[in-house]
Amino acid sequence: MLDAKKVIVCRCEDVTLYDVEKAIEEGLTDLELLKRKLRIGMGPCQGSGCLLLVASVLARKKGVPVSEVPLPVSRPPITPVQLKFFAGGKSG
Amino acid sequence: MRGYRIEEHPILKFRRGRVVKFRFNGVEVEGYEGESVLASLYALGYRVFSYSKTGRPRGAFCMIGKCSSCLARVNGVPNTRICIEPVRDGLVVETQSGLPEIPSETHGDVSEEEIEADAVVVGSGPAGLQAALTLAGHGLKVVLVEEHFKLGGQLVKQTHRFFGDTAYYGGVRGFRIGELLAEKVRASSNIKVLTSTRVYGFFAEGYLGAATVTGEPRHYLIKSKYTIVATGASERLALFENNDLPGVMGAGGAQTLMNEYGIRPGDRAVVVGSGNVGLIVAYQLLQAGVDVKAILELRDEIGGWFVHAAKIRRHGVPIKTRRTLLRVEGHDRVEKAVSVAVDGGYNPIPGTEEAYDVDLVLLAVGLQPSYALLGQMGAVVKHVPELGGLVPVRTWSMETSIPGVYVAGDLSGVEEATAAFLEGELAARSILEKEGLADGGRAEVLHYLWNVYRMSPVLERARRGKLSVTLSEGEMEELRRGAG
Repeated sequence: MLDAKKVIVCRCEDVTLYDVEKAIEEGLTDLELLKRKLRIGMGPCQGSGCLLLVASVLARKKGVPVSEVPLPVSRPPITPVQLKFFAGGKSG
Repeated sequence: MRGYRIEEHPILKFRRGRVVKFRFNGVEVEGYEGESVLASLYALGYRVFSYSKTGRPRGAFCMIGKCSSCLARVNGVPNTRICIEPVRDGLVVETQSGLPEIPSETHGDVSEEEIEADAVVVGSGPAGLQAALTLAGHGLKVVLVEEHFKLGGQLVKQTHRFFGDTAYYGGVRGFRIGELLAEKVRASSNIKVLTSTRVYGFFAEGYLGAATVTGEPRHYLIKSKYTIVATGASERLALFENNDLPGVMGAGGAQTLMNEYGIRPGDRAVVVGSGNVGLIVAYQLLQAGVDVKAILELRDEIGGWFVHAAKIRRHGVPIKTRRTLLRVEGHDRVEKAVSVAVDGGYNPIPGTEEAYDVDLVLLAVGLQPSYALLGQMGAVVKHVPELGGLVPVRTWSMETSIPGVYVAGDLSGVEEATAAFLEGELAARSILEKEGLADGGRAEVLHYLWNVYRMSPVLERARRGKLSVTLSEGEMEELRRGAG
């Protein structure tokens, strides 16, 4: 009775529970693939909100514990940084 | 400037700073020095600070800079987390819609600094403060990095007196402990404090990169022999319809508003989750003058302690078990919440809906460790349900699978503040021992943590979880060889 299209899983990218379940049913059964398709974990919070939610939906669909869902690779920056910080600054 | 300000509170007195004037969407508004932009705006009744990519309104959720729900444009800089942006005279704050445009100006040149230290501590909650003070007290040079403009982590909103040993602040209210430790940290000549600064990554050359999030832009490259990561935890979102509508807030977010800033988070509320956090936050809502309509609990039994539940019931708040939230409704803020009964498999039972006329829905459905930095560094992490999510595997000394990198506090597995103090101290004392500066304190802390403190029956679940990710030095060596 829950309308999955109205349930938000990732606030940064407006990904719904429906989107996640549909992508898994289409065969994207690991987090790396779901990330590439849905952009989960790629918004400003870098997955701090959605990653475990998506991992638990995936675990439930596959019938395995969450601990058996491999995590996507995490690369810096792990938090948004303005480009000017990398563009080189003055020492001092 | 009344609005949602709490003028009278049974146990708290709010010392408000100087009045500051700033602009929000072209309107001149006022706040008090010492609070966040979001807090000032919330007190005036504003609830929407951002519109998502598809135009959904977004408001306050975590209130501690972790969730990205409150991103707005501040002085032209988009994607600013206004919950950790200090309010000040002359700021120009604007609601952000969808993906922001890249600013045409850079708003100030970046200065760069390389820092070398004996140890860097990331996070200034109870674990980070205790660790930094212990290391600095034995002569080590420490850098303490904190993304908030204030030190203290979540201690700042803990209004209860701590239980337990007076050596670990038993009998003192949480926010006061935070103030005391922050004063000591500020007074220590061995600790360099970087507030409003976020660590954004760890690099192969052994540097942590960190950047300021407000004020004068400054870029730090920090190199140290030891690192203690104490980045805490963040609040979980629950899955129901319109769960992103402003008015749906983490329980801790509401605590920030009412306990730290003296702002009533709403008029009428429903709390989801009857663990201790849910029960305590419901009681604090009553103290703040909020009408609490109900506490919903998915399971058959109340999750938290009997004493807390009894206190709530005495105030006439029903705790409804086997019931969960189905949806919230409202245009740009919560106007109504609808709950539903669940069967033995936690599936909603049609026809059992109950509606509540509320403007606030507080989620007390658990915290998840903020493992992003450790994950990027390459530490081996494991999913442990008893500890809230992904936590690093560690030795009895709190050292992770990366030699020299330690963990402490909620990031090591969600418990509460006393455990965080103890773990921070244990990590620090383990480092001191390696440096030949030991004074025998380490064994004592280790013994107290495991054989006294965690022997309490109410901590049994956490103890079991932590045991499952704690390795001997030999086992850790084996793991490192395997992982390498």
